Amino acid sequence: MANIHLEMRNISKAFYGVMALDSVDLTVNNHEIHAIVGENGAGKSTLMKVLSGVHADGSFDGEIFFNGNKCTFSGIKDSEKYGIVIIHQELALVPYLSIAENIFLGNERAKNGIIDWNNSISEANKLLEKVGLNEKSTTLVENIGVGKQQLVEIAKALSKDVKLLILDEPTAALNDEESNKLLNLLLELKKQGITSILISHKLNEIEKVADAITVIRDGKVIDNLHKSTDKIDEDRIIRSMVGREITDRFPSRKSNIGEETFKVENWTVYDPQHHDKKAIDNINFNVKKGEVVGFAGLMGAGRTEIAMSIFGKSWGVRHSGKIYKDNKEIFIHSVNDAIKQGLAYVTEDRKSYGLVLINNIMRNLTLSSLKSISNSGVINSNEEVITSQNFREKLNIKCSGLEQKVEDLSGGNQQKVVLGKWIMAEPDILILDEPTRGIDVGAKYEIYTIINSLVAEGKSVIMISSEMPELLGMCDRIYVITEGRVAGELKGKEATQESIMKCIITHQRERSI
Amino acid sequence: MTGIKNYFKNNIRQYGMIIALVFIMVLFQLLTRGILFKPMNITNLVLQNAYVLILAVGMLLAIITGNIDLSVGSVVAFVGALAAVMMVTLKVPVALAVIISLLIGLSAGSFQGLFIAYFKIPPFIVTLAGMLIFRGMTMVILKGQTLAPFPVSFQAIAAGYLPGRELTVLGLNLIAVIFGIVLSLIYIFFEFNSRRNKQRYGFELLPLSFELIKWTLIIISINALTISLAAYNGIPIVLLLLLVIIIIYTFITQKTIAGRHIYALGGNAKAAKLSGVKTERVMFWVYANMGMLAAVAGLVVAGRLNAATPKAGNMFELDAIAACFIGGASASGGIGTVIGAIVGGLVMGVLNNGMSIMGVSVDWQQAIKGLVLLGAVCFDVYTKNKSGSR
Repeated sequence: MANIHLEMRNISKAFYGVMALDSVDLTVNNHEIHAIVGENGAGKSTLMKVLSGVHADGSFDGEIFFNGNKCTFSGIKDSEKYGIVIIHQELALVPYLSIAENIFLGNERAKNGIIDWNNSISEANKLLEKVGLNEKSTTLVENIGVGKQQLVEIAKALSKDVKLLILDEPTAALNDEESNKLLNLLLELKKQGITSILISHKLNEIEKVADAITVIRDGKVIDNLHKSTDKIDEDRIIRSMVGREITDRFPSRKSNIGEETFKVENWTVYDPQHHDKKAIDNINFNVKKGEVVGFAGLMGAGRTEIAMSIFGKSWGVRHSGKIYKDNKEIFIHSVNDAIKQGLAYVTEDRKSYGLVLINNIMRNLTLSSLKSISNSGVINSNEEVITSQNFREKLNIKCSGLEQKVEDLSGGNQQKVVLGKWIMAEPDILILDEPTRGIDVGAKYEIYTIINSLVAEGKSVIMISSEMPELLGMCDRIYVITEGRVAGELKGKEATQESIMKCIITHQRERSI
Repeated sequence: MTGIKNYFKNNIRQYGMIIALVFIMVLFQLLTRGILFKPMNITNLVLQNAYVLILAVGMLLAIITGNIDLSVGSVVAFVGALAAVMMVTLKVPVALAVIISLLIGLSAGSFQGLFIAYFKIPPFIVTLAGMLIFRGMTMVILKGQTLAPFPVSFQAIAAGYLPGRELTVLGLNLIAVIFGIVLSLIYIFFEFNSRRNKQRYGFELLPLSFELIKWTLIIISINALTISLAAYNGIPIVLLLLLVIIIIYTFITQKTIAGRHIYALGGNAKAAKLSGVKTERVMFWVYANMGMLAAVAGLVVAGRLNAATPKAGNMFELDAIAACFIGGASASGGIGTVIGAIVGGLVMGVLNNGMSIMGVSVDWQQAIKGLVLLGAVCFDVYTKNKSGSR
């Protein structure tokens, strides 16, 4: 037990029959920084939720040993008692409270329910000094940047007497300087005897600080590396991360690519929260008739933001750049302009942004094309039924009838309704954002078939996906996006998962030098 | 058979409310020993409740967007006061004064709509402010006093009847009887037309026998209403006004793109926006329209009271909101019908009227109405959960 800090044995967890974790073993030694890497959806977050008690004991199989003792956590409070603290990717700070208030939130320095402010503030100041944050502890959290907020989270963890600190993608929203500061802090904490688990996509950061690396893929541990015994080899990590056999099947398609129909030049957009931060930086891309173009990249790379900012400036502020369609510059100021110019955007989040869940299938299908079934503003309800019925059959939407509410449909059928809505609007260019997220293999195949039939008609498809096999299987050309920039352009045939990953990592490396 | 089953399943909210209304009517008919359905009382019911029903129609649109409008009671008083100043003090011709009043209502609504739709201030706050602003302005305009009386022709809007009171057969006003028959014919024509259209498209139809029963029931209700009105003074003008409003707004909400956009916005504003719905514009017009309907109600109230008072329209917004919710509208938006709101308003109206006849004190009336509102919404939530889980 001497050196083993945490041991998770044989952890398995299933969601609705899908194995998210499959007999995972994880051993973390004392005083080390242990990195966990893997693709989106590999099971990293689920594993951390098991460890921190978000997934309560009993909802998974396997055992957790902490400092040699078997533990059962039925909630976050339990794991915190042992000194296990998790800092999520989305920070859990209250913007309108001060730094000190946030640090002690839920853990107030109080006697009989009355807060001792002097004690709170002096303790908070000590913690801030420890994490190297040069701010007054009475400053409101909303007034400090994301990087400093991250430090407040760590201070909060320290206030709970942390033994094991778990950080989920801590640098995703930070710039390079802030990232470096954070990583140095982790090294500093290590010296003080705090063990950390670091989840990250950025291999260069991991190389810098990690003592051990565990690679997870499809809910299984694929590889374990230790700095002391193994050479930390980037290629080996990448191969372990993505090296799954391509078991997904894609319907075959004969590409019939025509002339360039859509082009975006020097497209730059600023973050809506930080008006001086470039979220999309000088992007250029083009799409040809009958072509499927993929946007590859990790989560948070800015692909959705690119799509939405082009689609009627639905995201971001201070848009600049030029958009051409069929070699003519076009101006898109609203969603309606975008629709008029023949654009369609199928959102990644169909429940929040794609569907009116309480409405029936028919009303959702026709929402973007009401004009075509109306006469001077009056809807021809019979025409509406006929058109919807047509699409229901064409897209094979499985339902009890057009009157069924979409909230009662399965994910795959909901996705078909969103697709149907946009196909009904007769666009020339469809932007599909994660079109197969959260739907089963059969429905995926159907969606791919629909995409193929669209391009066969001479339409163009931009496909954003975090599932690389899907991009490789479907696309004629792939743009690799990272940090709001185009990191590379690959021919569909030549691209491999390794080459895409390599492209991302090289770009990140160049940027951080 | 499955057709009928589905039909009821899809329309359970509507029918539940209508059944509740019929139940309450029968209950009070018995409790008041037959006074409720007396011709004079039926006429009274119409005259007393017209303004709430008009407001409920406008409020329904706001509720479908997922919000409410708290200012309508104050706008009612404000428009009434301005109308009084124009007609009583300045002697402006009635027709002109009515048009100006409606425009003022529209501007009051647009003013609030501007802040709600384009400056993104929460409607609750904007209309709460509007409630205070317009109530205050009313006091300023009236200097805290009552202005009266209105010209006779104006009073007729709220308290008058269709002409032809001399033409009676067996003590019944002939015009009113004919009105009922014409209305029935128009209704049958539209139902028949829609059925024929559906047939032409080859859609599954409800069995004719079932439709015949439905049509018969509706025609009986229409004629029962007009005949009992005929037995008193005939058709109140305000009933005509109300019918026109109900028909127009039912048409807008059910048949037009604009209506569909309101429902989509209320169901999921983000999805509606990304589907090309101009959500700001829709919001603006919903509130502008509410202002105009509040002006209509304001004129009706002023005409009925034959005076403009600083306290007119007090708490009307709550009656209108309650009518919508009792009538099956959803507080989270996206669900509700004009007919539902009308039925909800009538439930409240019959409750008021019945309890007054019985001599129940006003305090108890309030409490009982509150319980009915709570019960109706519980019923609604319950049926919704049930149909959702299946």
